[in-house]
Amino acid sequence: MFENNATILKFIFGRLSLDSFPFHEPILVATFVAVAIGGTAVLGALTYFHLWGYLWREWFTSIDHKRIGIMYMVLGIIMLLRGFADALMMRAQQATAFGGSDGFLPADHYDQVFTAHGVIMIFFVAMPMIVGLINIVVPLQIGARDVSFPFLNNFSFWMTVAGAVIVMISLFVGVFARTGWLAYPPLSEYAYSPDVGVDYYIWGLQVAGLGTLLSGVNFVCTIVKLRAPGMTIMKMPIFTWTALCTNILIVAAFPVLTAVLALLTLDRYVGTDFFTNDFGGNPMMYVNLIWIWGHPEVYILILPAFGVFSEVTSTFCGKRLFGYTSMVYATVVITILSYLVWLHHFFTMGSGASVNSFFGITTMIISIPTGAKMFNWLFTMYRGRIRFELPMMWTIAFMITFVIGGMTGVLLAVPPADFELHNSLFLIAHFHNVIIGGVLFGMFAGINYWFPKSFGFRLDPFWGKLSFWFWVTGFYFAFMPLYVLGLMGVTRRLRVFDIPSLHIWFIIAAFGALLIAAGIGCFLIQIGVSVLKREELRDTTGDPWNGRTLEWSTSSPPPAYNFAFTPIVYGIDAWWDMKERGYHRPLTGFKPIAMPRNTPVGIILAGLCVAFAFGMIWYMWWLAALSFVAALTVGIAHTFNYKREYDLPVDDIARAESERTRLLGAQA
Amino acid sequence: MNSDAHVSHGAGHDVAHDAAHDGHGDGHQTHITLDGYLIGFGLSVILTAIPFGLVMSGVLESKTATALAITILAVAQIVVHMVYFLHLDTRSEAGWNMMALIFTAVILIIALTGSLWIMYHLKANMAPMNMSTLP
Amino acid sequence: MTSLAVTGDAFVAPADTATEAPGTLTASQSTAEASIFYVLDEHPHPAGYSTMLGFWLYIMSDCLLFSVLFATYGVLGGNYAAGPSPKDLFDLPLVAVNTSMLLLSSITYGFAMLAMQDNRVGRTQMWLAVTAFFGLCFIGIELYEFADFIRQGATPQRSAFLSSFFTLVGTHGLHVTTGLVWMATLMVQVGQRGLIEANRRRLMCLSMFWHFLDVVWIGVFTFVYLMGMLR
Repeated sequence: MFENNATILKFIFGRLSLDSFPFHEPILVATFVAVAIGGTAVLGALTYFHLWGYLWREWFTSIDHKRIGIMYMVLGIIMLLRGFADALMMRAQQATAFGGSDGFLPADHYDQVFTAHGVIMIFFVAMPMIVGLINIVVPLQIGARDVSFPFLNNFSFWMTVAGAVIVMISLFVGVFARTGWLAYPPLSEYAYSPDVGVDYYIWGLQVAGLGTLLSGVNFVCTIVKLRAPGMTIMKMPIFTWTALCTNILIVAAFPVLTAVLALLTLDRYVGTDFFTNDFGGNPMMYVNLIWIWGHPEVYILILPAFGVFSEVTSTFCGKRLFGYTSMVYATVVITILSYLVWLHHFFTMGSGASVNSFFGITTMIISIPTGAKMFNWLFTMYRGRIRFELPMMWTIAFMITFVIGGMTGVLLAVPPADFELHNSLFLIAHFHNVIIGGVLFGMFAGINYWFPKSFGFRLDPFWGKLSFWFWVTGFYFAFMPLYVLGLMGVTRRLRVFDIPSLHIWFIIAAFGALLIAAGIGCFLIQIGVSVLKREELRDTTGDPWNGRTLEWSTSSPPPAYNFAFTPIVYGIDAWWDMKERGYHRPLTGFKPIAMPRNTPVGIILAGLCVAFAFGMIWYMWWLAALSFVAALTVGIAHTFNYKREYDLPVDDIARAESERTRLLGAQA
Repeated sequence: MNSDAHVSHGAGHDVAHDAAHDGHGDGHQTHITLDGYLIGFGLSVILTAIPFGLVMSGVLESKTATALAITILAVAQIVVHMVYFLHLDTRSEAGWNMMALIFTAVILIIALTGSLWIMYHLKANMAPMNMSTLP
Repeated sequence: MTSLAVTGDAFVAPADTATEAPGTLTASQSTAEASIFYVLDEHPHPAGYSTMLGFWLYIMSDCLLFSVLFATYGVLGGNYAAGPSPKDLFDLPLVAVNTSMLLLSSITYGFAMLAMQDNRVGRTQMWLAVTAFFGLCFIGIELYEFADFIRQGATPQRSAFLSSFFTLVGTHGLHVTTGLVWMATLMVQVGQRGLIEANRRRLMCLSMFWHFLDVVWIGVFTFVYLMGMLR
């Protein structure tokens, strides 16, 4: 069977060889050295302080939504650093590649950078942060003890991590895709991208996408089934509403991504003709299908941010949210309409006037509910007593920034205008405007708002405000020039320029990127300083902001079981209602609470998925087959485990509750 | 059997009512019957035989009419499956099952008709002129 | 995991409560007052409370996955690339036989569910085995059909029509195969532990899955095979 050594090596290693390692790329070598040193330091510290057992028991195998949510946020923040490094490299390249200079990034590398930047920011920064916030907050807000399917929650998290790992491996082993973040064929077909890059892309997204889909099912069920008594759907907190619609969108949209990527995979691995140029294939079908997923995806990103802003506005203005019902309707309308606009991403592909006009009109219509939301936030602020804590600052920055981005979106929705601006830097400016101004500012607002709930102490306001100002000014310096450049005709994803008069705009944009870098730096310092100063910033009551919803009725951090007694809800802003009417925490009569056990199966399965993906990418079929069989076996074996719960004894509950009583009393 | 005691998490219900969670797992347990399955099976057989018969015999002159007929019969059989085999009704899971199905059906129709409409126009406008790529 | 059964006096209208600053405690509190905002006598949700809805939602997502495959078939299904077309390939009588295998398997699964309702382990297992038999027949016939096409040169690589055909029908077949593996696993688990609540839930989920696959097949035989002959 194996004629000689070469065939044996080919069987074992597939198309992996010494050439797959980028020894000749100085930037990558330097990155690898830095990562190796940093990684060794972190791993070494963990070992030295004997933290592996703790991490495994308390975090990695945890099925607690609060822990899983924090781990998602950590993943998002780490990947933000990688994605932003790509951004800095692009800005630096574009600012320097003028007047005959070629810049410092070769084309092959540059293409991977902009592809990785998009993939990482959407799939491994924005999505994890959103899912993380939803994880931390929603069960507490609805008065539940955990999500509907805690094991699945753990599995979803590790699958997302697995996807990120697969993409990160591509940095040092092989190459990443050079196709842009959506990998359009025919470029992404085997004929034009025969190397491993697009395969890394496909498998990373398939693995992460499966985790996300299951998370969507989990949270729709949780919100539908596990609400506290009295919390009808029109009495749910508004963040829970947006979480519900987001997760409905996830369940409805992610299967489309899975299917489309599978079709591309078949084209690349088996030679089918879905998106080829010949044998009847049609690359335009890929574009159509991927945007049927892609447009709901951006609403998946923004709706939770809207939810955060609603919560923050009402809390920090000391007022009930204005127009709760219209907010809910606006959210539901956005959810449904998001399925009727996808063609606006490819007006220029040639579907003609009738099709383009239909989708142009629907795109303009979908901006209306968002406008309604803006007015509701403004009316909530009107005659409120506004406290300019960090979450509120981020909210105000969002309101201004997102409106600008939204308006440019409506401009792009006009097909004839889009024919000029499609794939120009104007488009880039628009979507960064809404994603940074909307999603990211929302995440920062949410992080500052709910951090005390998660960890028991607030984030340091000084470094937070510094980060805020760097981010906001940095954003405007970085992206407003791009609107100008786009209008002047500059195309996206260009590496070298030869029009000197444009140079200044790129320099301003690069300066903006540096300001944002400072903002990120201050954010990391904020976290570090807060940990060091945690006693000073301690939240002893569980309600540091005088909040309105049920999560603030628990201690900070909440006990594992969240609520010793399930709350009963009478109206919107249930916690405010409880405070107004004088609630009493019952101190006796605890009952044992059924809690799900921790599980190692999630991380094991995800690890096997990484092995499977690596095998498929590098054509190491034995590895793919073995890991697939192993994953199947582990999965089936797991179903033979019927004992997944244990009873939390009354003593533990009583102890936790009296500790809270003590803290509340000490504070008074 | 206990559908009237079943709490709906829809608009404002009094919290005190919930006898549905009496250890039966999910509050709404349809009592399935042999008759239900047999009727469903019988209808499905008929609704399968007719389209096959129409196409294999070519009884209807017009292909469009045949296509329309088999589409309608397919939708009918899907409904039969939903009702008799999947026991779908407006009460399971307080109506959420039905709502999820309707939402999915709407998305499905949008994705299918949208794709067909868009791709038809794209093919018309962007078809390659090269003879070797024609079907 | 939260409960909905509440003690009777929980709905006494709150008396004018002494105003307290939020978050602080009063020294004395009666159970009647404390219970207004908390469920004291909790009956937790039974295990598997969310399972049926959760699985139904997963089925809905699977529906949408198939919708992409149907859309692709709809768009590319006419692109024969000068290769074989449906009329050259499809054997409708064979497809009719296959369809009846699946339909029979649906009703035999129904008989299994009836046996489960009557709490009869042996009968349930028997009907599950019969269902699996019909399922295997379905897969066998389908594999035979695929092999026959490939032998004639109608491979998935030959044209976009064939790519879409093999992918749509093949994905359905993969789902059926997964269902069969699941069925075998469940038969072992029912054999080990009987028709306990957890196993009943699993059988109900598999039931939803199995019938859903028959629903998809209705779409397949109508829009792929029958329409294909009408094109």
